[in-house]
Amino acid sequence: MVTHPTRPAGIRIPRSDRAFYIASYVVLTLLFLSVLYPIVFVISASFSEGRMVSAGKVILWPVHPSVEGYAAVFRNRRVLLGFGNTLTYTLLGTLINVCVCMMCAYPLSRRDLPCRNVFMLIFAFTMYFGGGMIPNYLLMRNLGMLDTLWVMILPGALSVYNMILARTFMQTSIPGELLEAATLDGCSDLRYFLQIVLPLSKAIIAVVAMYSAVAHWNTYFNAMLYLDSMEKMPLQIILREILLANQFDASMMVDPELQEARADLADVLKYALIMISTVPILLVYPFIQKYFVQGMMIGSVKG
Amino acid sequence: MITSKQVRKAAARWQLYLLLAIPLAYIIIFHYVPIGGLQMAMKAFDLRYGIARSPWVGFRYFEKFLDSFQFSRILSNTLTLSFYSLFAGFPLPILLALLLNAAPHQTYKKLIQTVTYIPHFISTVVMVGILMQVFNMRSGVYGILYSAFTGSAAPDLFASPSAFRHMYVWSGIWQNLGWDTIIYLAALMNVDPELNEAAQIDGANRWQRMWHIDLPTILPTASILLILAAGKVMNVGFEKVYLMQNDLNISTSEVISTYVYKIGMVTGGGDFSYGTAIGLFNSVVNFILIILVNAICKKLGGSSLW
Repeated sequence: MVTHPTRPAGIRIPRSDRAFYIASYVVLTLLFLSVLYPIVFVISASFSEGRMVSAGKVILWPVHPSVEGYAAVFRNRRVLLGFGNTLTYTLLGTLINVCVCMMCAYPLSRRDLPCRNVFMLIFAFTMYFGGGMIPNYLLMRNLGMLDTLWVMILPGALSVYNMILARTFMQTSIPGELLEAATLDGCSDLRYFLQIVLPLSKAIIAVVAMYSAVAHWNTYFNAMLYLDSMEKMPLQIILREILLANQFDASMMVDPELQEARADLADVLKYALIMISTVPILLVYPFIQKYFVQGMMIGSVKG
Repeated sequence: MITSKQVRKAAARWQLYLLLAIPLAYIIIFHYVPIGGLQMAMKAFDLRYGIARSPWVGFRYFEKFLDSFQFSRILSNTLTLSFYSLFAGFPLPILLALLLNAAPHQTYKKLIQTVTYIPHFISTVVMVGILMQVFNMRSGVYGILYSAFTGSAAPDLFASPSAFRHMYVWSGIWQNLGWDTIIYLAALMNVDPELNEAAQIDGANRWQRMWHIDLPTILPTASILLILAAGKVMNVGFEKVYLMQNDLNISTSEVISTYVYKIGMVTGGGDFSYGTAIGLFNSVVNFILIILVNAICKKLGGSSLW
């Protein structure tokens, strides 16, 4: 028997509602299963024996459970190197993104800032129009940033979309009386920003940090365009070579015995790699989930 | 006129301008300098001279693109792919949000939400990797099931120009279906519970309440998202198309952004000016489109971006 939380006591569910609920559960469950199945399949395949995966025996559950795919991934030097690089780019990049975003959002959230709308226009325009691939490439070249750490971090240092989210959050959820009271007590704008605004903006900081971290973790195009040296490549470039171009280099394996098993391992290794590269960034979400609802809702609904 | 009073008012806020200085410098260097660099679309760019000192050639590169035999194919590929994505991908999150909102079981609702959010975090490279594994004609689920039911070998979907579009669009929907409901669910939280109670007392069933209360509540949000989506019609994501592209499906998978990349960055040294001109053509059409859609929405009395 279904009950609806908003149903006032004493009103019976009409018969037509029962049909509605049944129909809606059927549709919901179908949508749910079609999203769920590929996820379950990848997890199962990654925990199966290599031979079984290559032979196409895995359909839903793991066949001959094993972790040989994971073992092979962790023995690959390039994967580990890429993992380390991506971690550096993500941590440093996210830190810079959050700082620049907040520095930009706060002044623009102040209604008493002269020329505020002019500045807003300057920033918002770049959301809809840009120089594109080639002028950007030439800029990086002229700045001498090609093939350096900075080319992975600075080009996306400010997301205007995130900045507008943060600005809306500051405008709507921090009461204006606070600023008046602090100003009367002789608090400067800078101090008010650092000691009052930032601590009150934890929710939106968490949301911006998550967006930035996911973007940095998943980016591959900038690396493909701007990086040359193998030792600077992020994980996504290595993933592309192994997952899409079948360039899993057996000589990069530390353990020569594994080379024999290479053919069998080819598929299971890919599934293990998919898991290893995706799970760390997925783990970010539960930690900030409680802020997410608060931060994202306020920022987006009014924005 | 700038009065001394305004100057004093601005000077009093100097700390705020100080905060704004770094973001402003950033946006000028990393966004406005490349926009200035767009002039190379009208110049015969030579690396030795730089952008500023290369000779002007007017609209030669634009004409070259419009006259090229590739033009109509690339443009129609781009538009087909984005309109297919838009029409198939836009209604589904609305449907899911409405159903989730009406679902009485909170735990089931939470479970569906959590699971459908997961694909959003998957990178483009991994997404294409999963596609290639699952739709592999031999070891993938698709290949196995196809052989099991028909007894013959499955055709290679990655070699098929017509399959490319469906795989591209539906994998995108798979990835973003759950995530895109967040904003609608947020809007649905604003429904006044009294409205629902009043409707129930008047004998409205759940279907009628969904149709007459919930749906109108999220329409403004939906129209904003539609404007934003329309503004991206010419910007088919480069990454995924490029990764899914191969010589066999190129007839449907070549879009403007991948073509710019090939002209500008790949073919022997790269024709920077020609590539930039194609990119600029794309951006301008895009920009006009978003202004147009916004104006139409405003006229119809709906929501608009500005």
